Amino acid sequence: MRYEVDSRGYYGNFGGAYIPEMLYPNVEELRQQYLEIIQQPAFQKEFQDLLRQYVGRPTPLYYAARLSEKYMANVYLKREDLCHTGAHKINNTIGQILLAKRLGKQKIIAETGAGQHGVATATVCALMGMECMVYMGKLDMERQRPNVERMRILGTQVVPAVSGNMTLKDATNEAMRHWINHPTDTHYIIGSVVGPHPYPHMVTLFQSIISEEIKKQLLAEIGQPNPDYVVACVGGGSNAAGAFYHYLNEEHVNLVGVEAAGLGIDSGESAATTALGKPGVLHGSKTLLMQTTDGQVIEPYSISAGLDYPGIGPLHAHLFETGRVQFVSATDDEAMHAGIELARTEGIIPAIESAHAIAALSKLELTTEDVVVVNLSGRGDKDLETYIHWGKY
Amino acid sequence: MKNRITELLSKTKKPVLSVFYTAGFPNLDDTEKIAIALEAAGADLIEIGIPFSDPVADGPTIQASNKKALDNGMSVALLLKQVAALRTKVKMPVILMGYLNPVMQYGFERFFKDAAFAGVDGLILPDLPLDEFAQYEALTTSLNLSVSFLISPTTSEARVRKIDAISTGFVYAVSASSTTGAKGQFTPEQIAYFNRLKSYNLKNPFLIGFGISNYTTYSQACAYGAGAIVGSSFIQQISESKNLEAAIQQFVLSLTTSK
Ligand SMILES: Cc1ncc(COP(=O)(O)O)c(C=O)c1O
Repeated sequence: MRYEVDSRGYYGNFGGAYIPEMLYPNVEELRQQYLEIIQQPAFQKEFQDLLRQYVGRPTPLYYAARLSEKYMANVYLKREDLCHTGAHKINNTIGQILLAKRLGKQKIIAETGAGQHGVATATVCALMGMECMVYMGKLDMERQRPNVERMRILGTQVVPAVSGNMTLKDATNEAMRHWINHPTDTHYIIGSVVGPHPYPHMVTLFQSIISEEIKKQLLAEIGQPNPDYVVACVGGGSNAAGAFYHYLNEEHVNLVGVEAAGLGIDSGESAATTALGKPGVLHGSKTLLMQTTDGQVIEPYSISAGLDYPGIGPLHAHLFETGRVQFVSATDDEAMHAGIELARTEGIIPAIESAHAIAALSKLELTTEDVVVVNLSGRGDKDLETYIHWGKY
Repeated sequence: MKNRITELLSKTKKPVLSVFYTAGFPNLDDTEKIAIALEAAGADLIEIGIPFSDPVADGPTIQASNKKALDNGMSVALLLKQVAALRTKVKMPVILMGYLNPVMQYGFERFFKDAAFAGVDGLILPDLPLDEFAQYEALTTSLNLSVSFLISPTTSEARVRKIDAISTGFVYAVSASSTTGAKGQFTPEQIAYFNRLKSYNLKNPFLIGFGISNYTTYSQACAYGAGAIVGSSFIQQISESKNLEAAIQQFVLSLTTSK
């Protein structure tokens, strides 16, 4: 259990709950109750039923024959892009809204980068009849316009965050401020494995359905549950945490996290946290963080709004530090080419976040025997404008 | 030597006025000028904010001052130099307040030692967890630095007592469940909360901060706490003024006297 959270909310040297007192009662209420609630049979039944009937789980584990041929390995795609709303994010929002209801909350807030978590939150709020407000960086609102309108159609108020680079970090700041100002009736649905304890652990548990299914599906498919590689992109790290979770203690399964290098790791325009970050505190946890020597957070950059974040979840910081997960990165260009490649070889247009994971295939030393599972975290509908603007297809 | 904050709060008969402002704002070298002008205007205590790129507990005014101060080039190292210089010119207690990350990067022990050496009397680190502080408590005590923790209206009585036990100098009573920012008046619920705090008979005096902007809120806070802390409305005043000294004089006067 080297990779489980400890009783203080830490993964090794990372995690904890670094929050001002105004947030303490909220976070503490959650900390005291989340495990108990999640473990209740009635909760599990409602959660599993919704995942099956509403989200469309289990998502397929698809053998990508032409991609396999190209990389001379056995490549499977875990089709989170086929989840209702188009990404893995909804696994977490279903779990958290059921939890929020049991905590007696009436209102929901969330932050969003690519808009996938915002849409997934707006969706479950519509489903449960709860009032919803989503903070989104003004720049992200422009580059993910369809998702902004989807949230609005679902009845959610989208609030532009206009501080900083006007991206995910700034939206998270605004959501936290909102929560400070509305501590009793509001639950904050964080969209990744970031934030103060218990969020990283709670979101990991809700996303762990991904690796739970991969194990069963591989067993049925190839007669054994473990692949040689599991590859996932890492923004905050929720789809990766979900895809890795049940393999963490299977040390012979190579786990690969793919970060966004932006214009290149040393270009000054990057979001590759493990390459560029140092331990620090942001958004309530101690983790790896891109920052100046004075401790000011550096504005990240990636073509992908969902990976444009200066930190990673504390679990991933620990997995990096212990060497359990190998972190690689893909540039904007590599990811875009990989996205087009997947479209042309398999007829699947991936989210640009997920295209980063595909781009990592060429960086691994694969053999024809290797079984590789790539977590295809989302679909590319939201990114059409970015694909069109990039133009090289 | 006694801690200046403890000395002030144990001797004074009248409530204290504590003013929060951001280091290096509006201009990089204003930190000292503002301290001198505040003392001349009658403030009792200053809290100098260490600017941070992501001030999640702050409203728009202090967010903007943080950004400007960072653009001006403010850092922990420079601030400590400025404090050492202003320490020889002002007598009142000086507190540094800031988010954890810049302090963590400077190094906790190094920060505590250098702050004490520069003449800092107290610290407020709102996102430092109580149990993380435990490892530094002996050091700050030996350096004669007070460390004040925050309480808010939703803090339980048991936790208020725990925070009081670990705090030195004073306890920082956040007036509302809110981020920082000027507000016009207190609600009956806030007054009830101040009364509740009074009834606890804490070991430390408590100062009330957040939302204090005028004579009404200032005098109400002083009626319940050992004094009041103003931040956003002061920063608003100095960001719009051409003459810092005159603006500060006028601000303190307007806060402490009824019209
Ligand atoms: C499709 C998709 N994949 C990945 C991410 C990155 O988030 P995480 O690293 O938490 O999975 C996002 C975030 O918006 C996303 O929309």
